Amino acid sequence: MYVAVKGGERAIDNAHAWLSQARRGDPSVPELSVAQIREQMTLAVNRVMAEGSLYDPDLAALAIKQARGDLIEAIFLIRAYRTTLPRLGSSVPVDTGEMAVTRRISATFKDLPGGQILGPTFDYTHRLLDFTLAANGSEVADVAASLAEPAEGVPHVMEFLNKDALIQAELQADGSVPDLTREPMELPASRPLRLQALARADEGFLLSLAYSTQRGYGRTHAFVGELRIGAVAVEMEIPELGFPVEIGEVELTECETVNQFTGSRTEPPQFTRGYGLVFGQSERKAISMSLVDRALRWRELGEDFTGAPAQDEEFVLMHADNIQATGFLEHIKLPHYVDFQAELELIRKLRRETEQGDLAAEEQP
Amino acid sequence: MSSERSLPPEILARRRWMGLAARSRPDRLRELLPELPAHDLLRAPEIGAVMVEGRAGGTGTPFNLGEMTVTRCSVRLGSGEVGHAHVQGRDRDHARRAAVLDALMQTDAAQGLEGGVLAPLAKEEAARRTVRAARAAATRVEFFTLVRGEDQ
Repeated sequence: MYVAVKGGERAIDNAHAWLSQARRGDPSVPELSVAQIREQMTLAVNRVMAEGSLYDPDLAALAIKQARGDLIEAIFLIRAYRTTLPRLGSSVPVDTGEMAVTRRISATFKDLPGGQILGPTFDYTHRLLDFTLAANGSEVADVAASLAEPAEGVPHVMEFLNKDALIQAELQADGSVPDLTREPMELPASRPLRLQALARADEGFLLSLAYSTQRGYGRTHAFVGELRIGAVAVEMEIPELGFPVEIGEVELTECETVNQFTGSRTEPPQFTRGYGLVFGQSERKAISMSLVDRALRWRELGEDFTGAPAQDEEFVLMHADNIQATGFLEHIKLPHYVDFQAELELIRKLRRETEQGDLAAEEQP
Repeated sequence: MSSERSLPPEILARRRWMGLAARSRPDRLRELLPELPAHDLLRAPEIGAVMVEGRAGGTGTPFNLGEMTVTRCSVRLGSGEVGHAHVQGRDRDHARRAAVLDALMQTDAAQGLEGGVLAPLAKEEAARRTVRAARAAATRVEFFTLVRGEDQ
């Protein structure tokens, strides 16, 4: 049965008009510009780019404005826009070893070459509300700049462990890179496919999964070997030219965990790795991603599957995307009148049958 | 970058100017190169996406990290030189200007453009990078180890 409903159009138009007014808020308060959001709500912009899976700060800022600050709605807008763009190609894999770092810390090595660089971090702040920010025209602190020679190179910490063969080596299997935006995800997934899914996954979902491994559901004994944030050049091979050129620069957060590993049926005792790489400055997400990546590697390392959610590839990959999740979740609020009518009929029928059954039972002597 | 090592000098030079044009701020490039010579559009400026790849563990197998917006354009000057551009973002004018610059750099105008456009872009970019590096350096933690008396 198909039921057409008429008369909703005017209601929808009026609802949307009200939405645009609600978005604007009190007109006596100055309107936010997209540039203000881009510059002053940077971490929200970063999250929308990471989970929208499209690096474009202006578009992310616009999406946040349009979505009234609802970041998942903003991510939805970015994902929808993304589908309208032709794919011009793929970059050369970015070289995070060449990153111009603004932050770079290690929880495992105190004296690492290049040093521990804190960058613009919330760490060591007291988490007290700063009421001077509520006052208009609050002063911005002067930023110190060091005249000391900036470190020449900032090598990856993991390379030191690698020299002594104490850590599992990263194998390079070059070939076609799986892309879940082009082909539906198939399980079991390769590590590159898992990393793509995790890089665009919901931050909150990954955070909870990573936390669950720390609390014992698939424990992986993770240390942050290195966490770095900074700008990385993006190179692309131009078909007409036949050689790669730089086409721009993106800010990335990278986390490498060192995980204790006492050996398994197939592997000797050594350190193992988890990896997180995220658009923008997003270290909570990058750390979470590396913990979940490591938990999902149980099979290749010959570990036991303990039934922990973070080890369960299907559970993780099929529930990590907040746009898929919210799409399916929120669709149940849309009209289901016919479905519901059928349910209602069924309940009435069952009721009738039970009542008749009861009557029949009473009549039995 | 590592991919530079095996390339001949003329390609390295072209990589340099194409990179500078792509990374420049669109309004700054317009300021430095306001007038464009007559040219045909071989490919009109087109906005699209490029998939950015990373490597597992930083050095391992490539994976798809996510896309970035990119605008591409190809032009031909009246004198025949062809210029290409792929620039980050959605600025059609930026892509067209970068493509014309690429073509002009293959003509006799190259020397003038080197001084008037590329050198300022390179200098400003280096200055921005130095400021960023100096700020980062100022937040570097200097650990020192205290040696206890009985250990000496």
